[in-house]
Amino acid sequence: MSDVTMQAARVETSAQARRGKDRRWRTNLAGLGFVLPFFIVYALFLIWPILLGLRMSFFNWTLSGLGSSDFLGLGNYQQLFSDSDFWQSLGVTLLFTVISTPLLIIVGFGLALLVNRAIPGQAFFRTVFFASYVLPVSVVVLIWSWLFQPGFGLIDGVLTDLHLPSVGWLSSPNIALISVIIVTVWWTVGYNFLLYLAGMQQISPEMNEAASLDGAGSWARIRWITIPLLNRTTTMILILQVIASLQLFQQAYLLMGSGDGPNNSTRSIVQYIYENGFTTFRVGFASAGSYILFVIILIVSIGQFSLLARQRRNA
Amino acid sequence: MKSELHEFIDELSGNVRSGRMTRRAFIEKTLATGISMSAAVALLDACGTSATSGTGSNLVFWNLFGGGDGARMIQMENAFQSANPHIGLQSVTLTWGDPYYTKVSMAAAGGKPPDVAISHMTRMIILAEQNLLDPFNVDELASVGITQDNFLPALWQKAHYNGKLYAIPLDTHPFVAYYNTEVCKKAGLLDANGNLKTIQGPTALMDALKSVKQVTGNYGTVFEIEGVTPWRLFYTLYSQMGAKIFSPDGKELLMDDTKAEQVLSFMTDLTVTNKVAAQNIDYAGSVALFGSGKSGFLWNGEWEVTTFQTEKTPFSMAPFPLVYDQYRAQADSHTFVLPRQASVDSTSRANALQFVSFMLKNSYTWAQGGHVPAYLPVANSAVYKALKPQSNYAGVAPNVVFDDPAWFSGSGSRLETQAAGAFQNALNGLGTPAQGIRQFRAFLQKMLAIKLPF
Repeated sequence: MSDVTMQAARVETSAQARRGKDRRWRTNLAGLGFVLPFFIVYALFLIWPILLGLRMSFFNWTLSGLGSSDFLGLGNYQQLFSDSDFWQSLGVTLLFTVISTPLLIIVGFGLALLVNRAIPGQAFFRTVFFASYVLPVSVVVLIWSWLFQPGFGLIDGVLTDLHLPSVGWLSSPNIALISVIIVTVWWTVGYNFLLYLAGMQQISPEMNEAASLDGAGSWARIRWITIPLLNRTTTMILILQVIASLQLFQQAYLLMGSGDGPNNSTRSIVQYIYENGFTTFRVGFASAGSYILFVIILIVSIGQFSLLARQRRNA
Repeated sequence: MKSELHEFIDELSGNVRSGRMTRRAFIEKTLATGISMSAAVALLDACGTSATSGTGSNLVFWNLFGGGDGARMIQMENAFQSANPHIGLQSVTLTWGDPYYTKVSMAAAGGKPPDVAISHMTRMIILAEQNLLDPFNVDELASVGITQDNFLPALWQKAHYNGKLYAIPLDTHPFVAYYNTEVCKKAGLLDANGNLKTIQGPTALMDALKSVKQVTGNYGTVFEIEGVTPWRLFYTLYSQMGAKIFSPDGKELLMDDTKAEQVLSFMTDLTVTNKVAAQNIDYAGSVALFGSGKSGFLWNGEWEVTTFQTEKTPFSMAPFPLVYDQYRAQADSHTFVLPRQASVDSTSRANALQFVSFMLKNSYTWAQGGHVPAYLPVANSAVYKALKPQSNYAGVAPNVVFDDPAWFSGSGSRLETQAAGAFQNALNGLGTPAQGIRQFRAFLQKMLAIKLPF
C-alpha cells in the first residue's frame, strides 16, 4: 500500500502532492473520528480491566480494595498451582469439553441431516430442534431439575415403572457431570444444527443427483459429499464450541443450586474463580485463576486457527 | 412486551459473552427483531436499579428477601412509608447470598452505599472486619427506643465487633422440625392436646422416625441433601455435644474429629442404614415430599411455614429435638447494618434509625413468616404467643448456636457449601463418615492457612 502511494507521489507535481496530503489527512481524521467512540468504550471496559486484572493477580487484593498494595509477586499463582481444588476444577472443565464438544457436533449434524430432506412437517421439526436454544438458562435448568428429581421426577418415574433402578442424576458424583452435559446438549445443540443446516443447503443438489446416478447410496453420499463439503463449517463449530465449553459455568452452577455438585464433581474452573472472587472476596487470587484460564483458551484458539488456516490453504 | 424484549436481549448478550454467538450475529438478530442498538442498550440500562443516595429526605434500603419474606418486607415498608410520608423510602431487593454481599461490599468500598441494609449476623463480622460498616451510636439508638434490654443478652453481644455495636437484630431463625399432624398421630407421637411429645436422645429419635416411616410407607423425615442443610443438621447435633469448630477469633481449628464423626455416623444411619430419611433430594424435593405427606417430618429453617399453610398441609412445628447432651439448634439472625459512608449525612442517618426502630416494633408482621422476633416487646407479646405454629419454637432462641466465626464462614459461605458437600457422599451411601470428616478438615485447614490483608 505505502509503495503504491510513494510511486504515485513521485509522479505528482509538488502542488498536487500538497493537496493530496491534505485530503489524506482529512480522510484519516474522519476515520479516526468514527473509530474513536468505539475505541474509548473498548479501552475503558475491556483493555483497562484486562490490564488491571493482571495487576491484581500479583496482589493480595480483596473485593473491598483492601490489600491492593500488599504485593505478593507470584504468590497467588503458586497458591493456585498447589491447590488440589484448582486442578480438580480444571479437570472438570476439560472433561466436560472433551465429552460435550463431539456430542454437540455429532448430534447437531445428525439433526440437520434429518430435516434436510423433503419430509412432512419439515418446518415444524426445524423449529422444535432450534427452540430450546432460544430459552434462557434459568428456564432450561428449571425444566431439567424437575425432570432429574429423584422419586417423583419424570425420568426417575419412568425408570421405576420399568423396574429399573433409580439414578442419582444430580446427587451421584459419577453422574452429575453427565447430567450437566445432557442439559447442555439439549440446550445449545440448536445452534450447531442451524449452522449445519445452512451449510447443507449450500450444497448443490446436482452433486447428489450425479452421485445417485452413479449408484452411490445415501450413506456414501453423506460420507463422500456432505461431510467433506461441510469441513469448513465443522472447523468453525469446533472452534466456537471448544471456547464455549471451556467457559462452562452457568448451567452447572444453577443446576446444582449454586453449589459445587456432589463431591465437587461439577465445579468448573470458572466456578472456582467465581467462588474465590465473589464468595470469599479474594479478587487478586481469582484474577490469577482467570489469567490461567485465559492462557489455556488462547493456546487452544491459536492451535485451532492454525488448523483453519491450513485447511484454507489446502482448499 | 418490555420484559420479553429484555429477556431476549439478555439471552443474546449472554450468548455473545459465552462465545456461542458472534457479535455480528448478535447485531443481526437484534436488527431482525426490530430492536435498534440504542433501544437494546436502553433496555440493558433499565434492568439496573438506580439507588442514588440522599437528596432531601430520602432513605435507601437494601435487602435480600425473596418469596414470602420479600412480600412481608414490602408490607412493612409500605406501613413505614404511610407512617412517615416525609421520608422517601427507596427499597432495593437483590438476589440472596453472594450477589447480595458482593454488591454491599463494593458499594461500601466505593463510599456510596445504601443508608441502611440487611446483613446476616454471621456475615456482619466479615464486613466489619474489612471496615465496610459504620457502628451504631448507642445514644442515638436509645432516642428511637432501641436499647439493650429489648434483646436477648447473647444476641445483643453477637451484634458487637471490637466492642462496638454494628448490627441491630430483626429476628433469629433457628433450625426446626416441621411435623405432619395426621401422620404423627397415627404413629402415636402426639399427646392428648395434639402436640408432639418430647423426643430425646438418638435412640428415641430413631425409633420415632421408624414408626413414622411405617405410617407413610416412604420416609420418617426429610431434609435437603444437595444443599447446605446437611451442614445445618450437622452443626446442630455437633453443638449439642458441646464442641466447637474454631477458636473465638476464628483463627484456630478446634474441631473434635471423634465427635464430628459420631454425628455424621448418626446422620448416615438416618439415610443409609435405617433409610428413615430420603437420600439424594434437593431443597424443593424435601419441601414437596413433606407437603404431600410422604414424610412425617421436615428438618429445615422455619421459613417455609407459609408454604405449608397455603398448601393446607396438616402440620405443626416444634423445636429440633435434643439428641445429645445440651440443647442447641443452628441459627442465624437477619440484622440491620449501616454500610460505611464516605461522609455521613445526618438526616439520612436519623431516617435510617427511625426506619430500623419502626421495623423492629412492627416485627409481628415479620414473625408470621416463621422468624422469631428479636425485639423482646414483640416476642413476649400476647398476640405473638398466640401465633401458632410460629411461637411453638420461639423458646429455643436463647439456646441457638450461630456458625463459628471465620472469614469464610456464615450464611451462604464457602464453609457451609463445602461442609455440606463433604457430608453428601456419606449421606448418599457413597462414602464413609470418616472420609467426609477428613475432607471437611482438609478444607478448613486450607482456608485457615490463607493469609488475608485484614
